[in-house]
Amino acid sequence: MNLLNQSRRILLKSFGFCLSLPLLSEKLFASWPEEAFMSTEIDKAIGELYGHPPQASDLVKLKVPDIAENGAVVPISVSTDIENVDSISIYVEGNPNPLAATFELSPYIVAAVSTRIKMGKTSNVVAAVYSGGTVYTATQEVKVTIGGCGG
Amino acid sequence: MAIKGKAKLRGEKVQVKLLIKHAMETGLRIDAETGNKIPAYHVTEVVGSWEGQEVFRSNLGPAVSKNPYLSFQLKGPSVGDTISFASIDNKGIQDSGAAVVK
Repeated sequence: MNLLNQSRRILLKSFGFCLSLPLLSEKLFASWPEEAFMSTEIDKAIGELYGHPPQASDLVKLKVPDIAENGAVVPISVSTDIENVDSISIYVEGNPNPLAATFELSPYIVAAVSTRIKMGKTSNVVAAVYSGGTVYTATQEVKVTIGGCGG
Repeated sequence: MAIKGKAKLRGEKVQVKLLIKHAMETGLRIDAETGNKIPAYHVTEVVGSWEGQEVFRSNLGPAVSKNPYLSFQLKGPSVGDTISFASIDNKGIQDSGAAVVK
């Protein structure tokens, strides 16, 4: 009886563990798009994320400095007047893996985000806005005087 | 480890700013002493919630600067509401924080 009870405990415990683990972590965190982040070309990364080719648009407002003294910390802001934006993403053409970050928006979010990114060298920075099945992009060159990937 | 957040009501929008303390190793840097690459170690996902509802989600790569800073604007929350944050890195280490709308 004792033995039976013990194995039942173990079974219950392991079942409970298996059940709770994915519920706790996967519910909140499960969607990091690895393929897009590993991609070495902007167009491929955009294709991985949104499944549509990008088109340049004046409606995407990209704010980055023309000259970044320190490539390790480049402030960047992306905003747009396009309505019903699903996602905003940021790419650095000269980085080994161009995709830096994506922002998944909800109806509660205003389509205006800011962050700070690393740039290895002078290159174009691209902001993409995904709305209603179309990817709109804006591009600006940033000159980097000190690289962000050094020691 | 904790996510620092600020949320301030400006007109109809709440400006949310958050700072996550993290090394954000790119995986490309070489350790000067051993000559080996320092493995990539960075925050992958950040989630913002308001009243138990997910309102913001961001995926970060190693190209986001050390101690990532993110800012966004919310429509809906009012003064006194709590915006909570949670993050996870590529080693599965989670972090969290919250900000009360001022």
